[in-house]
Amino acid sequence: MNEETLQTLTWLIPAGPLLVFFLIVLFTKHNRTLSWLLAWAGVIASLIMGWTVAFNLFAEDPHHLAEHPTVVQSALNWIPIGAFSSGNWLKMGVAVDPLTAVMLFMVPFAVFMIFIYSVGYHNYGQGPAHKRGVPPHPSEEEPMFSRFFAYMSLFAGAMLLLVVADNLLLLFIGWEIMGFCSYSLIGFWYARNYHIEPGGIPHIPPRQAAVKAFMTTRVADVVMMLGIVFFYSAFGTLNFSEALSAHGLEHAAEMVGVGALGIMALLLFTGTVGKSAQWPLHVWLPDAMEGPTPVSATIHAAAMVSAGIYLIVRIFPLIAVGIEGNPGVGWVIAGIGAFTALMAATIAVAQNDVKGVLAYSTISQLGFMVAAIGIGAYIAAAFHLITHAFFKALLFLSSGSVIHGMEHGAEHTHDHHTDPQDMRFMGGLKDKMPITFWAFVIGGMALSGLPIVTAGFWSKDEIFADAWYQWAHHQNPAGLFVFIVLALAAFLTAFYTTRQLSLTFLGKPRHQLAEHAHESSRFMTVPLMALSVFAIAAGWFGIPEEFPVLGPIVNNNFFHHFVAATIEETMHELETLHLVGHGLEVLPFQWVPLIASLVVALGGIGVGYWIYGRKPLAEGQPDPLIKPLGALYPFLQNKWYWDELYQIVFIRPVVYFSEVIVYEFMDKGIIDGIIHLVARTFFTIGYYARRAEMMIFGDGVDWVKDQFLKTVRELRYFQTGRIQEYTLVSMLLASALIVLILAINYDLFATLF
Amino acid sequence: MDFIQDNLLNLIVFFPLLSALIVFVLPEDEKNLIRRLALVLSLVPLVLVLIMWFTYDAQYRFAGGFAFEVQAEWFPAIGASYHMGIDGISLTMFLLTTILTPIAILASFDIDDKVRMYMSLFLVMETAMLGLFASLDLMIFFIFWEFGLVPMYFLIKIWGGKDRDYASFKFFIYTMAGSLGLLLSIQVMGISMGTFDLLELMKVWVSTPNTATLANTGINAGLVKSIAFWAFMIAFAIKVPIWPFHTWLPDAHTQAPTAGSMILAGVLLKLGAYGFIRLVIPLFPEQAHTAAGVLAVLGMLSIVLGGFAAFGQWDFKRLVAYSSINHMGFVVLGLAVMAYAYGVDGANEHLSNDAIIATNGAIFQMFNHGLSAAGMFFLVGVIYDRAHTRDLKQFGGIWTILPVYGTILIFTSMASLGLPGLNGFVSEFLVVRGSWNIFTVQLAISMLGLLMTGAYILKAIGATLHGPVNEKWKGLTDMTLREHLVIWPLMALMLSLGVWPQWVLVFINDTVKNLF
Repeated sequence: MNEETLQTLTWLIPAGPLLVFFLIVLFTKHNRTLSWLLAWAGVIASLIMGWTVAFNLFAEDPHHLAEHPTVVQSALNWIPIGAFSSGNWLKMGVAVDPLTAVMLFMVPFAVFMIFIYSVGYHNYGQGPAHKRGVPPHPSEEEPMFSRFFAYMSLFAGAMLLLVVADNLLLLFIGWEIMGFCSYSLIGFWYARNYHIEPGGIPHIPPRQAAVKAFMTTRVADVVMMLGIVFFYSAFGTLNFSEALSAHGLEHAAEMVGVGALGIMALLLFTGTVGKSAQWPLHVWLPDAMEGPTPVSATIHAAAMVSAGIYLIVRIFPLIAVGIEGNPGVGWVIAGIGAFTALMAATIAVAQNDVKGVLAYSTISQLGFMVAAIGIGAYIAAAFHLITHAFFKALLFLSSGSVIHGMEHGAEHTHDHHTDPQDMRFMGGLKDKMPITFWAFVIGGMALSGLPIVTAGFWSKDEIFADAWYQWAHHQNPAGLFVFIVLALAAFLTAFYTTRQLSLTFLGKPRHQLAEHAHESSRFMTVPLMALSVFAIAAGWFGIPEEFPVLGPIVNNNFFHHFVAATIEETMHELETLHLVGHGLEVLPFQWVPLIASLVVALGGIGVGYWIYGRKPLAEGQPDPLIKPLGALYPFLQNKWYWDELYQIVFIRPVVYFSEVIVYEFMDKGIIDGIIHLVARTFFTIGYYARRAEMMIFGDGVDWVKDQFLKTVRELRYFQTGRIQEYTLVSMLLASALIVLILAINYDLFATLF
Repeated sequence: MDFIQDNLLNLIVFFPLLSALIVFVLPEDEKNLIRRLALVLSLVPLVLVLIMWFTYDAQYRFAGGFAFEVQAEWFPAIGASYHMGIDGISLTMFLLTTILTPIAILASFDIDDKVRMYMSLFLVMETAMLGLFASLDLMIFFIFWEFGLVPMYFLIKIWGGKDRDYASFKFFIYTMAGSLGLLLSIQVMGISMGTFDLLELMKVWVSTPNTATLANTGINAGLVKSIAFWAFMIAFAIKVPIWPFHTWLPDAHTQAPTAGSMILAGVLLKLGAYGFIRLVIPLFPEQAHTAAGVLAVLGMLSIVLGGFAAFGQWDFKRLVAYSSINHMGFVVLGLAVMAYAYGVDGANEHLSNDAIIATNGAIFQMFNHGLSAAGMFFLVGVIYDRAHTRDLKQFGGIWTILPVYGTILIFTSMASLGLPGLNGFVSEFLVVRGSWNIFTVQLAISMLGLLMTGAYILKAIGATLHGPVNEKWKGLTDMTLREHLVIWPLMALMLSLGVWPQWVLVFINDTVKNLF
């Protein structure tokens, strides 16, 4: 395909869903069928165009790609800066390189699956519910069906915009629009309130969860904005391929110093901490579950959190230079990632909400990717990003299907008090919902990293391999640290996933909701089947060539060579410039990480099965971990109390500071106090002046006095006596003014000085 | 047609005054006629500004300097003349003023008391604002400056809320207090230099060395310069308003009628910022350079404390009023960069590039804030007209009852929040980029205010729209056609400027780039 066609296609990829958003909002919002058809049309268009562009790149020769990674590039003048007739514009454009291509493969497909699923999820064709802003009953259609698809289209369009952006600002625009969409969609059921039963899972209302998500990510975004302007200022451009070339980085390193580039990398990385829910800003993501499940899938898999990782993968050359300049930068990134991965995994162990477990597993898996970037494992991070997106979308959609089944049970038994998301009330769903069960198993095994078969194994294994190589070959202690912490986290991952599968599907139903659950509609099961294929097969594109037995058979580590081409050349040049220690490396085969990943995956699954699966829980039986873990269990179940801590340390002080200190004390107390004092002083002076005048002129001015008192009485009728003060102040000021003007005009200054 | 072309500037400035007279002689009880005629007449300046816009684009944009200059003898004894002219900055403000005035007039169709006077005052105010944006003579500037104060005072005083007397006096006196120093300084400058002409002063006044003794007054020039500079600063700081001179604004806004708030936030605040750009910095480059750090700190405090104070409000209108302080803080921050870089000898390419970006951002932010603040105040008015309360604690669940209103409120709020894709983001980004190298610390702290922008906007949306339906508001009706006609042009502008900002920015940039 010629270059111009590719450029046009790339511009059009995000255009479809963005246009659909406006079409639905302005024209078709009253027609539900037309709205979802339009939304489908928009995303199908993106899918076709995205895949066309992506496959065009897949077909290219890797060596050729490595020399010219940016295959498509097209930009428009956007903001004039200074003498722009000579070409000084801030440009907005799109670009496609191999990294973009793999994202273009994943994003529209996952989004399309979610769109299909959503039609079934909102009970299309059942006649709308009357109450807006709360979840409808399973036998009723969502009344805000069109609004849902409008937001989802905007969400998809923004993510695609972010992916094809050729510069940091356009990426940020997509990034923030997604933030708005997630806010709107998490709070989609804006009128919902919870009545939490004692012992039930605590939920905050969706509207609060929405604000929490938006504000937490905004903390990071304002810092990231500083990173963007620093980037712009140091590189003189926001364009990725110009700035992050060896030449661009060399120039910037000369200008601001390598250390400053490290700070810039950290400022931008803060954006990732917010968007990809890393500690300490991870708290928004579990509550983001309050949105409809397709939204959770979009946020957790296809878009939003992936965007954060995409950012640090995209700016990897900058991070690499920053780490080389100051290893502390690497420690910060790897440390946050590894800590988050382990912390979230421990929390997931003690969650009872079927979506809650998945939420923490997302945080944990994102931690894997962040840690990978921190130790320079560029390809491994990108690989895990893609495989995770597929199996996490699958898991979320499956969990939504489970909840849907449970809600049918609730409808059937007229029980609207029991939480349909609580795994303690599930059990035995294997036979009630067979398709969902198998989809969940495939997704769960991919998440656990079940060896050889699943995608999750290959991508996680690559992170382990990189971490070990860093330690064994470069003696980088961060590598060993990441390796150990992630191994622990991976063990817990396999464990809690098996726990979740066992609690949900195995044994006998522990509640009548589960007893009366049944399989979801075709709209929901078909996407599950499609995603299952990818949750397995996506890994096969990244099997290392030296891998025993399989490597030689496949003999084509496609993903590695393809994505490496994005920055291979740049990293090589940076190495010769001594801005990075080493370029991208092809790792030799190592036994230690392979054995580690086998042990943790199989071990976790085994222990999980031994505790939960061998003898599934019976009705009313407490979680077998409660006793052995003792005081640790509530600590984990309450998510390490981060929410409570932030409430005390940040939220309440901010409210107090705003309402009491800034407004009441500073503005109304001090500033207005001074002003009122000035006014009162003038008033008093005026009052005595008036008295003196009265005494002098006596009764002759009775009329004036009467008038004055009358006015005062009338004015007092209005407000707190301040009017008089101001009248007087104004009169005094006006007379002072006149005197001064006269003084100047009659050259009084000249005589004075 | 030639007549229009030749007298375009005068026509634009004085047509509203003529319209006010026409409206004022109509019979008082023909209320609908008064309203409609006022609206139609207020559209004429908009058309004329559009003509001016395209003429300027075709003939003057690249030339630099002032276009459509008018100069006539006025007060030769003191050296003041009627001197007006337009550059890209004034033209942008012209566009803003002439767009907002008809919109505000349309928004006040539900005013039923003394309609004739109300409409006349509005139109008079338009002349004052336009005149100020075009003035190239300090006396003329000052006359328009004071002239604009009076109609707003009466608009608040007569058609305002229950604390209107306190608010209108506070507004009036506060601004007057600033004007005092301004007038005095203008007098000293004019008398000692023998001219009030701005372009003349920019040469002779600026080049007068600090050690010189001023003619006619015999005072030391350096002393006068520094005193006059601070007098100018305070006068305009009150108008913007910059922290800590801001406390008149929440009161004035809360009490003003809806359309009054729209114009007050939309245009009147910009007069202050415009004063910085047109007078303070060009006339006192040395002092401005020295004080730029102070200005940046004050801008930072406006952003941060304005944001916190807005978050602390439970009165919807007061919240939006405080948001103006928060947003105008970015204008101030941008202007601080301008003040720092303006007239610096041997400024390097990086500094002037930063300054151009920051100044572009500040002026564009003035335009954008005009649109979004007007929109927000209007929407607060819409809900107040129906519910007769602005207490956020009493609302909730309105979205279910007023779905269209809810969606429009969210859109406008997001423009105010600075969501990318809408206008506010572009200007904020430019200011942030421009100040990064020069005022890094102030900028970093300002980011706290940007965070609070999100907090108070979401607080307002959440408190009004979200939550279960409140039975009390069940009977409220959604927006009328007239209300849609008010808000849609604003929304269209917000979106178009967010997606394609250059249609306004090139005008600003082409003027600003000549400054550095």
